Amino acid sequence: MRQSFAVGIGGAAGQGVATPGDIFAKVFSRRGLHLNAYNAYQSIIRGGHTFLTIRTGPEKISNMGDHLDLLIPLNQDTMDRHLSLLTAGGACLYNSDLIKPGAAAAGVQLCPIPVSELADISKNKVAQNTLAIGAALSMMGIGFPALESVLAEQFRKKPQAVIDENVNLARAGYDYASQHFKPFAWPLPMTEMKYAVLSGNGALAMGGAAAGVKFYSAYPMSPSTGVLHWFAEHARKAEIMVRQVEDEIGVINMAIGAAHAGVRAMCATSGGGFALMSEGLGLAAQAEIPIVVIDCQRAGPSTGVPTKTEQGDLWQMLGAAFGDYPRVIAAPLDIADCFKLIPEIFNIADRFQCPGIVLCDLLLSEGRLSVDPKEINFYPEIDRGELITSNGAPHEAYKRYKITESGVSPRAIPGIPGFTHVVSSDEHDEDGILISDEYTNVAKRRAMMEKRMRKVDGIAASVPPPQLSGPANADVTLIGWGSTYGVIDEACELLREAGISANHLPIRWLVPLHGDAILDLLKNAKHTIIVENNFSGQFARYLRSETSYVPNGHIRKYDGEPFMPHHIVEAVKEQLAGNTTLSVPTHEVMV
Amino acid sequence: MATTDVAAPKTMAMADFKGRVSPDWCPGCGDFGVLAAVQKALVELQIPNHQVATISGIGCSSNFPGFIETYGMHTLHGRSLAVATGFKMANHGMTVLVTGGDGDGFGIGGNHFIHTMRRNVDLTYIVMDNQIYGLTTGQTSPTSRLGMKTKSMPFGSVEAPINPISLALAAGATFVARGFSAEQKHLTELLKQAIEHKGFAFLDVFSPCVTYNHDNTFQWFRPRVKKLEENPGYDSTDWVMAMEKSTLWGDEIPIGKFFERTDVPTLHGSEPVLNAGPLVHQDIRLPKDVAQSFIDELM
Repeated sequence: MRQSFAVGIGGAAGQGVATPGDIFAKVFSRRGLHLNAYNAYQSIIRGGHTFLTIRTGPEKISNMGDHLDLLIPLNQDTMDRHLSLLTAGGACLYNSDLIKPGAAAAGVQLCPIPVSELADISKNKVAQNTLAIGAALSMMGIGFPALESVLAEQFRKKPQAVIDENVNLARAGYDYASQHFKPFAWPLPMTEMKYAVLSGNGALAMGGAAAGVKFYSAYPMSPSTGVLHWFAEHARKAEIMVRQVEDEIGVINMAIGAAHAGVRAMCATSGGGFALMSEGLGLAAQAEIPIVVIDCQRAGPSTGVPTKTEQGDLWQMLGAAFGDYPRVIAAPLDIADCFKLIPEIFNIADRFQCPGIVLCDLLLSEGRLSVDPKEINFYPEIDRGELITSNGAPHEAYKRYKITESGVSPRAIPGIPGFTHVVSSDEHDEDGILISDEYTNVAKRRAMMEKRMRKVDGIAASVPPPQLSGPANADVTLIGWGSTYGVIDEACELLREAGISANHLPIRWLVPLHGDAILDLLKNAKHTIIVENNFSGQFARYLRSETSYVPNGHIRKYDGEPFMPHHIVEAVKEQLAGNTTLSVPTHEVMV
Repeated sequence: MATTDVAAPKTMAMADFKGRVSPDWCPGCGDFGVLAAVQKALVELQIPNHQVATISGIGCSSNFPGFIETYGMHTLHGRSLAVATGFKMANHGMTVLVTGGDGDGFGIGGNHFIHTMRRNVDLTYIVMDNQIYGLTTGQTSPTSRLGMKTKSMPFGSVEAPINPISLALAAGATFVARGFSAEQKHLTELLKQAIEHKGFAFLDVFSPCVTYNHDNTFQWFRPRVKKLEENPGYDSTDWVMAMEKSTLWGDEIPIGKFFERTDVPTLHGSEPVLNAGPLVHQDIRLPKDVAQSFIDELM
């Protein structure tokens, strides 16, 4: 089993949960430890409940895990809700002035901190947070200087007095813990590595910058807003034009205008905003203008649960905009993949002059992951496809929508003498001239539809088929798509430890799907289960529609929270025992 | 990317702006006059046709880009201004004309209309206003007069029309004018000023629908339109005066330039990112030190 250590910090919004989270993340990643963080929160600016889990360890940490080793409740509510997540060997650090401990599991160390004795709480309202961070690091066996430097950096924009005050508080907590509490049995190791810590939204934005995106437009919508924030903050340095637009209809149409002018253009939203964009998606398809749209899924329908995760938008993407047209849809497997996928999908969108859709979700968008900085390649391959950027060579009369064998017609960038043409949302002939106003020109319509749809074969050839990971003759094969990659991977490991051999088929490219390759991979599978974060089994239904394949069972979750590894492990066990073919795990902790 | 121009400079003539297909508007449609005036204005300003983007929405008048030889873009109903804004931001070296009708611009595209004006995007927006939906065979539009009977409101419209001029002035448009399709010379002059204006230029043009609007016909407009330019006391830099004039409707309907101000920066002029030239000509690779700084932030 992977060695890991999970810290949970919870409180009301506004109590300062984020700062300790950032501090822990920095301390861990600089120690050469991997980490994975997930914040469960409500759509509220002050009050309510928010709970951050940071899990760390020397090997890759692919998800938030099943239990906590350390709980830091900033209020009574958090103590009451989350104490049960601590298992033997774990500890709970709490402000004994304000919080009463509950009944903990055997072997859990309750660590009261007398905050008013150690700090002047009239001056510093978040003194308990800093004291607890100091105490925690002491118990984890981490030397104080590591924390001191991170604190100085965290508060670098504040006066020196604030930095000193926080360092002193942390020191007091550190010393108090070393005198009064038992250190953890497993001191956090240190490695030679130094990791970068990425949020999914930051990774999507940086992936755009790496792909050469020069125009980004958006309307704020959780959980995609972080992409806009990254672009807005870094726009001038990266020389990217960033626009906040009046609505998502304007967002996608601006991106299309910029893309037509010749730059790479991208936009991000969530399901509701995407619904407004689908008209524009059709324009990109019909006028053959490449754009990339990111959908950071949240629990729907409608406003739904704005701060909770779900994989419920697949069919919206499959059916977005009316009519048939070539499109590409991909779901990043983890936060590092959010970065890598964007240049890849841009190359396909550009080569085949069609829209590309990235199906992310809140779990990845707002989660954090440690990544080896060497993996963050800002200079990936860029293929802009068949572009005409100069009138240097003599040419025949230019036809924007020339009928070709590949379906791809060379695209002249506006501004070149001799290549003036019209692009159109109406059906058109090779010259871009509308045929919708002609009396039913069946031949032209058919030729143009077939030209566009011929691109589908080229797109399929440029996307690799999925692959199975794990032992070939496994007892059970788990099939997932997108963000469930990490948790399924760990569930497979736990299953193998429990004597059940398991392998994993993660799907990254949803369109094109490579159905034949999937059937081939699954033909000898003993027991297949599709795992997804939605009610109706959207991927299972899609796989069946494309391949007629029906799995043995399903594991689904649609309560707003992501899967934990044990949810999948227990569901697999009950399904292999023949008790059910549909498991819907209960999320034990009310967050 | 480099878009090299190796053509010798050429004098633009009317024929250079003649589209590949002839307009299929109804005989007598006001839009013919608008097309001719736009072509004349471009010739008089000697703007090469490859440096012009003509972007439209959907409707009779939105078929315009097909009838003029430029880089044309026939987009979605109501979305032309959003597309045009993106286009202009990506290549601010080109002259951008946006054409459409009253339903396209003030109905389905109303939100984009308001926001494009407040952003002062440097483009010329020409609305061929016929106060009716033509291509869908005659329904009430946002500028149809109160009481007007159409297929969609057979007992007469009970909704007050939008006043596009007042709306544009209120939304912060930096050039606001109204033309009449039958006043060719006047319209051409207005178009030249609008195209040369640095910022958002709005030109509402009475372009009568000869098939479906039997109320607001050429004959109805002719005796009513009065040129602001012929009024010696009129000052088009005075916003309050412009607002007052914009409300006139009835026996006297002003046409001409209502308002212009030149002290507001354009959207592309306000973005330092564009100081290095049009976005489309910039390098798409990040400088090494910038890329490294983005990674350093994460450590």
